[in-house]
Amino acid sequence: MKWGDILGANLDELYREVILDHYQNPRRMGTLPEPTHSMGLHNPTCGDKIAVDLRVEDGRITDYRFSGHGCSISMASASMLGDAVVGKPVPEATAVARGFVHFLTNPTGQGAPPGDLEALGGVRKFPARVKCATLAHNALMEALAARGGRAEPH
Amino acid sequence: MSASPLAAGTTPSWTTLAQEFPALQQTVNGHPLVYLDSAATSLKPTAVIDAVCEYYRDYPSNVHRSVHTLAGRATEAYEAARTQVAGFIGAQPDTLVFTHGTTESLNLVAYGWARRHLQPGDEILLTPAEHHSNLVPWQQAARATGAHLVYVDLTPEGRLDLAALRAAFTARTRLVALAHVSNVLGTENPIRDVVQLAHRQDAVVVVDGAQSVPHLPVSVSDLGVDFFAFSGHKMCGPTGIGGLYGRPERLAETDPLLYGGEMIAEVDRERATWADVPYRFEGGTPNVAGAIGLGAAVAFLDRVGMDRIAAHSRALAQEAAERLTQLPGVTVYGPPTDRQALVTFNCEGVHPHDVAQVLDSQGIAVRAGHHCAQPLMQTLAIQSSARASFYLYNTREDVDRLVDGLREVGRYFGR
Repeated sequence: MKWGDILGANLDELYREVILDHYQNPRRMGTLPEPTHSMGLHNPTCGDKIAVDLRVEDGRITDYRFSGHGCSISMASASMLGDAVVGKPVPEATAVARGFVHFLTNPTGQGAPPGDLEALGGVRKFPARVKCATLAHNALMEALAARGGRAEPH
Repeated sequence: MSASPLAAGTTPSWTTLAQEFPALQQTVNGHPLVYLDSAATSLKPTAVIDAVCEYYRDYPSNVHRSVHTLAGRATEAYEAARTQVAGFIGAQPDTLVFTHGTTESLNLVAYGWARRHLQPGDEILLTPAEHHSNLVPWQQAARATGAHLVYVDLTPEGRLDLAALRAAFTARTRLVALAHVSNVLGTENPIRDVVQLAHRQDAVVVVDGAQSVPHLPVSVSDLGVDFFAFSGHKMCGPTGIGGLYGRPERLAETDPLLYGGEMIAEVDRERATWADVPYRFEGGTPNVAGAIGLGAAVAFLDRVGMDRIAAHSRALAQEAAERLTQLPGVTVYGPPTDRQALVTFNCEGVHPHDVAQVLDSQGIAVRAGHHCAQPLMQTLAIQSSARASFYLYNTREDVDRLVDGLREVGRYFGR
């Protein structure tokens, strides 16, 4: 990403309507009473924290909740991630999260992410916000990587 | 620099002074830059940039080593900078250690003094408003020695509670660690009073001056502190250079942090002896260019006048605080009066990252986050906040731009 690209970026490319909608009306916000997998992650630059709770049954994500505090980008991304992974087999859910992180961090990243997550593509022009957008995704990947149990929050 | 408005005997306007800062002569996102992040790091005047370039271009030699001409010139410039910077904070040159900044300075005290002198059960007094760099080193020193941290709460307004501090002293209090000016609340702590209390109990006072030296006339000898840490990059100097002042008797009982070249007197196969203070604390090749740049920075600040700078930055921050308080949905933190050069705030319903992003789209640079003061954020019951900080190159027009920018934040996220 060249500096000139950032200078050319328009604020509306970052804050798409659908992002502000997820921020103001978050989906699946809260905690699960009996999660099979959990992970909380900090964004060290601002102290924000997002925790992801998952229920995995028969190798499939049957429920998702997120909690914590964050900016519009991190909260909207966490909200959108739930829509994108509930009902999916674990490997597919992990692939969604990994693909999204790759999409944002690799300038030549191919393959638009599924569902509303595509609206976060504008973050690619605002490198300082990539950490915000990927926080829930990294939490989900770490939760699932800690096989068969709750991962200790960081 | 021949056309510098800082020529002897003149009092340049603030707008003229701003022209000394090349970084301000640009547009950001299509708008003239308004730089309100000087509490994180200040912009650099041409005089400092030139001094650093001149060293690298004309006499890039090591110091205190070779006998050749360039090395002599480098050593002379490095030591002249020490004299100049020491004078700027009211200290003798041999009580000023060049470090990479406030963090290293405080760690030098925590490792070199505290770990050597603290006993199990000893107490370290500090406030919840300390920057992580004046907190984590003490946490670690306490762990290593068996000492305890004792927090002195702030008043509801966010000021140091001197009565609470007085009450917190016990026979086991050995060290008080305190910021001179809070990097979040903008409050100035009454260091002289603290020193008086502490010295009655033979406790050592360590002051984090990162936010005071750039903005206030500071004399460490008037303050009477034992140790005083500061950073060059917040006071128009280069990054990677700063200082630690220590009273001679304290520096004499402080161990070095870095062992190796430059800091020794004599080395044989089994043991070594140390060079004199302050050289024993400057192991390895020092940041020569940084020190020379910092010397140029204090010369620049002296020419402008620290009293003028203090009044100017304070007036801008005070005006900003008052006008931000008037804006719907904006909360300003810290006491309503006696504010130093910064304003920390939040906009209701809008995360500080988003506030900073919308301001950046208008060419206005502010800080958003926890400002390396997470315990204070917890005390204020917030996750994070935005901060606008002012310096000598800011003008009232910048306050106007900030206020307009925040109105735009409200429009953008209120849509």
